[in-house]
Amino acid sequence: MNNENISERLNKSKVSTWVADNIVSLIFVAFTLFGFLVSDGVTMNFFLTELSSRFFRNAFLVLALVIPVVAGLGLNFGIVVGAMAGQIAIAIVLYFGWGGLNGLLLTMLIALPIATLFGYLTGMLYNKTRGQEMIASLMVGYFANGIYQFLFLFVVGVIIKVPKTHPMIKPDGVGVRMTVDMGAYDKGGLKYTLDKIWEIPFMWAILAIFAAILLLQLWKIIRNKKNPALYRYNKTMTVINIILCLAMIAISVQAITTNSSLMMVRKVPVVTGLFIVALCIFNELILKTKLGQDFRSVGQSQHIAEVSGINVDKTRIIATIMSTVFAAWGQIMYLQNMGTLNTYGAHTQIGMFSVAALLVGGASTQKAGVKHAIMGTILFNSMFIMSPEIGLSLFGNALLGEYFRTFMVYGVIGLALGLHVWRTNKKGKVTLN
Amino acid sequence: MVDISRKGTSFNDIVKKIGFPTIFIGGFWILLLIAGGALGISIKTLISDTIKRAGMNGILVLAMVPSIQSGTGPNFALPVGIVCGLFATVLAIEFGFTGWAWLFVSIAFSIPLSVVVGYLYGKLLNAVKGSEMTIATYTGFSIVAAMCLAWLMIPFKSPNMGWFIGNGLRETIQLDVIGGDKILSNFLSFSLFGENGLITVGGEKGIIIPTGMLIIFFLCCFIVWIYFRSKSGIAISAGGINPKFAQSSGIDIDKCRIKANILSTIMGAIGIIVYSQGYGYTQLYTAPLMMAFPAVAAVLIGGASAQRAKVSHVIIGVIIYQGLFTTALPVANQLFEGMDLSEILRMVIQNGIILYALTQVKGGDN
Repeated sequence: MNNENISERLNKSKVSTWVADNIVSLIFVAFTLFGFLVSDGVTMNFFLTELSSRFFRNAFLVLALVIPVVAGLGLNFGIVVGAMAGQIAIAIVLYFGWGGLNGLLLTMLIALPIATLFGYLTGMLYNKTRGQEMIASLMVGYFANGIYQFLFLFVVGVIIKVPKTHPMIKPDGVGVRMTVDMGAYDKGGLKYTLDKIWEIPFMWAILAIFAAILLLQLWKIIRNKKNPALYRYNKTMTVINIILCLAMIAISVQAITTNSSLMMVRKVPVVTGLFIVALCIFNELILKTKLGQDFRSVGQSQHIAEVSGINVDKTRIIATIMSTVFAAWGQIMYLQNMGTLNTYGAHTQIGMFSVAALLVGGASTQKAGVKHAIMGTILFNSMFIMSPEIGLSLFGNALLGEYFRTFMVYGVIGLALGLHVWRTNKKGKVTLN
Repeated sequence: MVDISRKGTSFNDIVKKIGFPTIFIGGFWILLLIAGGALGISIKTLISDTIKRAGMNGILVLAMVPSIQSGTGPNFALPVGIVCGLFATVLAIEFGFTGWAWLFVSIAFSIPLSVVVGYLYGKLLNAVKGSEMTIATYTGFSIVAAMCLAWLMIPFKSPNMGWFIGNGLRETIQLDVIGGDKILSNFLSFSLFGENGLITVGGEKGIIIPTGMLIIFFLCCFIVWIYFRSKSGIAISAGGINPKFAQSSGIDIDKCRIKANILSTIMGAIGIIVYSQGYGYTQLYTAPLMMAFPAVAAVLIGGASAQRAKVSHVIIGVIIYQGLFTTALPVANQLFEGMDLSEILRMVIQNGIILYALTQVKGGDN
């Protein structure tokens, strides 16, 4: 491509840049809308029920990916290792028959040191594979899966003696069963322990969320009025946000007062939601601390960070540990919602799906935030719900939709990564010339 | 080069020359073979299986050499080549070819197809310099997933590959119906220490040598070897070693990288055809998804790095890798009944070796 062409392209209008920046998200929005158009089997209720339960299951895991991106490690497919730590903790707790809310908190406590250790080791590995962290993180997931299977199929039973009669152990006394039931929350199990603490109707949750966002926007405006020099703020975006919030509040109030069919959507787990909000706030606040600033400077240039006295290796390891620990907790929250521990399969796809979700939200290997994670989880799961429906109604074959879904997962990761690298390379060329 | 006059080379020198992974994993294989012998498993069967599987996988592993030499790293997008080969296979079956005609027509179809696809893939890799390995992995994954849709929708009519009800192709296509099962493997095959002493033509016992398959494997090895001694091949290697230097001496690196990846894609396509005939089945849908990783691991075990690879690494690597896992399965089964420890071993070794190679990659984007 010749230079004139490139500079011309770079000077194109803002709209086309915005489209190019958000192309992946736009594809997903279009796909979901298309799904609604062609499939008549999907009611709004079904869709929202599915979406909200998937959202509360996955959001925490997707949020666990944000910190490594900020610290320049790229997309951490290695959260699979964190998920394994979570599952080891669950297995320990289930083996001893602890349950209930205390059992769940204990699981998180047990997962903490395990995930820290795993995160430390993967962090060291990433420091050795500088520049190739993403492929290394993918491979470390596969590698760790081997060790995980060794632990669950062999060490349990051969090295650690366990009773044959235990419901978790395979009948021959060696290894953990393929699926382990986690038990109901009210009978001393782990299923729904977090979700069932407090549930509110879906529309009330929408009302609360958008009221909170509205307050946040107003606070931003007031803050900006007081101190215009200190805070950046985008007027049009704020106005759009406020209008959106008002519209959503109006819809939810209308639904609540008229008790419309939207009230039939499955209730929302408040405590799980609070955990997600807490992680969002944590991800935002940490950037304001010294550590967060170190993450940022390491992410921008390891060399400059090193020169300015930041311990780059240590900072990267801390970022990996945080991500791994959050992934472990995220996996525990995911599994308490699923209710069964799929011992050898529950963790394998986590990395891939979470990364795809984050990318769909508009993140890239160098830029990711809470906003991307939340938007991405919603959009990605919408696609997940819609694609079998589209396959069924367009081609009369749900299997086609399943394959299409897989294609979208891999394709979106490939596309988003490829586009990003391509543009970075192109920009590099322009400045050189 | 080993200096013969310096006979007193220390142990470390030998390790350095051959490479730590090769010695470690090769030694492990020999240990397992000895253990297998002690447990009463037929060593002849083990060796014969090793040769068979090495022959089946050899060309797929060979596909790593051009891409590593050109500087794009191991070809994690091997599935791209594989689906070209699979598509050529089903096309040949659809046109009604059987036996040898099927084999040659498949290969003939697969080459132009993989040239086109390899060209596009090379273009892609040139656009994403610096992150080739990650993008290649996902390109491979996406192509496999996209082809899942294609296999399901393709309007082929041959009764040998369709589902019994509905349309689309079967997940595994049996090749014995079209006379393609082990067609190369059985060609001129003989066995050592079998029924009639040293050599039995077409023997079933002892160490079976699948001559035809090995011929085509070594032929491909020879082609790649000779190609990397030609002007064009040397240009590719030079571009891989030091892109800036190669560019200043007038080599078009982008073109070299494309050429190398076309060659790699062709090898992937031929590789899967040879693999399928040796296996007796053509596997479609998600079967090729993870096929790149064993091939990458094999060439690395043979002594290659993520930046340098030779044909000799392929031959050594594929024998050790396949040998290890053909041996591990029965030995592990004897020692610990009812547990698939060899699968766990495969996961740890295969992915461990790739990780090890990644830690040896110098530099980075920063």
